[in-house]
Amino acid sequence: MGMSEDLWSPVRLTLELAALTTLVLFIVGTPLAWWLAGTRARWKEAVAAIVALPLVLPPTVIGFYLLVALGPSGPGGWIAGLWGGRTLAFSFTGLLIGSVVYSLPFVVQPLRNAFEAVGERPLEVAATLRASPFEAFRRVALPLARRGFLTAGVLGFAHTIGEFGVVLMIGGNIPGETKVLSTAIYDYVETQRWQEANLLAAGMVLFAFAAILLVGLSDGAARRARA
Amino acid sequence: MNDGVRAAFRVRRGGFALDVAFKAPARGITALHGPSGSGKTSILRALAGLDRLDGRCTVAGEVWQDDDVFRPPHRRAVGYIFQEPSLFAHLSVRDNLIFGMPRRERRAQGAVFDETVERLGITGLLDRDPRHLSGGERQRVAIGRALLSRPRLMLMDEPLAALDPDAKDRILELIEELPRDFAVPVVYVGHDMREIERIAHHIVLVDKGRILAEGPLGRLQADPTLPLSAARDAAVAVDATVAGHDAAWGLLSLAVGEVRLLVPGEARPLGAAQRLRIAASDVSISLLPPVDSSILNSVRVAVAAAEPAGPAETLLVLDLLDAPGQRLLARISRRSFAELDLRPGRAVHAQIKGVALAG
Repeated sequence: MGMSEDLWSPVRLTLELAALTTLVLFIVGTPLAWWLAGTRARWKEAVAAIVALPLVLPPTVIGFYLLVALGPSGPGGWIAGLWGGRTLAFSFTGLLIGSVVYSLPFVVQPLRNAFEAVGERPLEVAATLRASPFEAFRRVALPLARRGFLTAGVLGFAHTIGEFGVVLMIGGNIPGETKVLSTAIYDYVETQRWQEANLLAAGMVLFAFAAILLVGLSDGAARRARA
Repeated sequence: MNDGVRAAFRVRRGGFALDVAFKAPARGITALHGPSGSGKTSILRALAGLDRLDGRCTVAGEVWQDDDVFRPPHRRAVGYIFQEPSLFAHLSVRDNLIFGMPRRERRAQGAVFDETVERLGITGLLDRDPRHLSGGERQRVAIGRALLSRPRLMLMDEPLAALDPDAKDRILELIEELPRDFAVPVVYVGHDMREIERIAHHIVLVDKGRILAEGPLGRLQADPTLPLSAARDAAVAVDATVAGHDAAWGLLSLAVGEVRLLVPGEARPLGAAQRLRIAASDVSISLLPPVDSSILNSVRVAVAAAEPAGPAETLLVLDLLDAPGQRLLARISRRSFAELDLRPGRAVHAQIKGVALAG
């Protein structure tokens, strides 16, 4: 394994993980955010608080519980048993599950805000124009909330790329399987390979800047369009 | 069979209680009128199925709601016009218009689309962004969008509230003609009696969650027991037909039963319907037929009822003797009322100082 492959493997793995995580988060987070935006259920804020927990908990705490859940005696172990495995911890699938949990609020929050900004009126109008609730969602709520999806996608993707504590707890830093960018940088620093660490770290800074700029520009465009 | 709308709703929400039952005819415009907070909008939303209240609702012979049935809004053939024109901001005017059309018609918009767009005067707006339209234009598009969804009932919740007076006037003209041009009955919520006098045929008076009265507009306006007649600007809407035109003097002759009223106006086709507005403050009474008067219109009436109106005035309800069933209101001084000895049943002459063409 040459030095470039050594560098590229974590980058590729990280992008793959972030893309898959974002995809899963859209699938899980959209109905959840839609429900949170529209429901009058009394326990909705309790659900919202659970979703928001990763924002305030130390990643090691989340990582610890994920490790238990994914391990041989947790549900993860049972699922792994379906194809003859023993545990989901220290695997790419485990990392994906962990990332989904950890980045959930970064997708659900912007989506919920976007759906709440759409409001009830456009959906009522759609209903009086023969659109079923699903059709109203697809033809009115989704397109009106599209900027929320952009924000949610960028934040979910970027946050997954930046995670470290959870990865360290449940990933195990296996090259090609669970060794992602953030842990690779940690390794390089440990082994005093400053040049490689600097390369990856600088790349992350540029990427984070670009992501935040993209969200900012899109919000600005939205504000100008409304004005 | 089309027997219009029959509805009854009940709800109790905090301090607000609603308990209403009413009918709206299958033709024409029915106005739900009452002060703000009386429950008009709640009734309209319940008719559309947007809110689920206890009760029942039948439209054109179809049960939309009863003890066992509740059709969700998208399965009711309604057109709903909200106070503020709620166009979809992510769609062009054209895409807004076709939103409620059946899927196969959306792609190839046929003659119905063209005619509706033409009739509403929005042909030039089709490719515009709805955010760049004026309030009046937006409300036109909203009405067109509702009509193109083929409603069997149009529900309008103060659709003029957000418009400037000029736009109001033109949208009112359009609404007035909806029942005839698009063969759809309209239930119109409004608190401005001037609007309702122009367009409504039937009126349901709502107050504090209850129905005070319902019936033909003119009859309720001339009912001295209802609040309409007590208003400062009380008036009666009279439906007349054009009977001639005197070009030399610029006067339109209008027939109400055997009565002919002369009103300044341009020539119109004979037999055309024309609504008139006669205010209570514009009608005065004389015991003998007036001679040498500047007032053009004098009609034979009988006093049907008299109600005190404030400390100095009396409100008279008058039956037109030459147009059975048609009533007028007159507000006169209490002193004149006493001096002329205007007992109910007495035949007198009503002089009409002002007749306004409405609509």
